Amino acid sequence: MLDPAYVTAFVASLQHVFSTMMQLPVQIGDPKIKSNPAPSYDVSGIIGMSGDITGNVVISFPIATAERIVSLFTGADVKSDNPDFSDAIGELANMISGNAKGMFAGTRRVTISCPSVVIGGGHIITRPKDIPCIEIPATTDCGNLVLEIAIAHCNSDVSAATQSAVSTAQA
Amino acid sequence: MRILLIDDSKTMRNIQRNVLGQLGHTQIEEACDGVDALNKVGAYQPELILVDWNMPNMDGLSFVKEFRKTNKVTPLIMVTTESEKVRVIEAIKAGVQNYVVKPFTPDLLGQRITETLAKRAG
Repeated sequence: MLDPAYVTAFVASLQHVFSTMMQLPVQIGDPKIKSNPAPSYDVSGIIGMSGDITGNVVISFPIATAERIVSLFTGADVKSDNPDFSDAIGELANMISGNAKGMFAGTRRVTISCPSVVIGGGHIITRPKDIPCIEIPATTDCGNLVLEIAIAHCNSDVSAATQSAVSTAQA
Repeated sequence: MRILLIDDSKTMRNIQRNVLGQLGHTQIEEACDGVDALNKVGAYQPELILVDWNMPNMDGLSFVKEFRKTNKVTPLIMVTTESEKVRVIEAIKAGVQNYVVKPFTPDLLGQRITETLAKRAG
């Protein structure tokens, strides 16, 4: 089961990271269960979790929003076809997940993976079976984004890489 | 002063480079993981190292442990998302002098760098 404390931690972390690194406030919308495996937008930063808590977390943006956010984050005009763009998205996903992990891990052993970034519409992110995905919409002055959290407490030490995979499919 | 930045994210290295530039430090080398860093420290002889924890190939903690086998002097600052107390203690035991949790403001990073260098001088 998804512990509501995880959702709280990720929301707080998202706001903390955006506020600290970019002075960008984030307004949080109503969370809901995500049943469609296709991400909401065209740019996804993906972090896997393994250990006592397994699953993955995705931060997803429309390309234009992602470009504005990356430009704020890096202090440079960075477009989505620049390799620095995916690096910045990955680092944002890394900070949001790492920060959240610090809030809920406690005595649990939790490892986060290096981030993966997918750019382009039509990609599908597969998630661990039996772990519900909570979708948290958010808005900023740069545009909308969504945080998708599919993690749960687990006693077995299963690598996040074996539990989640990203596949691309033409829409 | 020769400074080495170790982080797999170029974005993070650029942010740290900018903060160091504001403090007047411009002699900066970069490495993208612990292996890359170990290959560079011999020739570059850094006088301060900022190191990330979670990196591919060799993580920051492993780099610190390996580096400290032959160098007990050069100050190390861990700059990482790992915020749990047990992690901080682990890093300090391995040999880091200071610890910055991401996300950070430029002012905070600057403060930690200044503190670390002041302790080294003292």
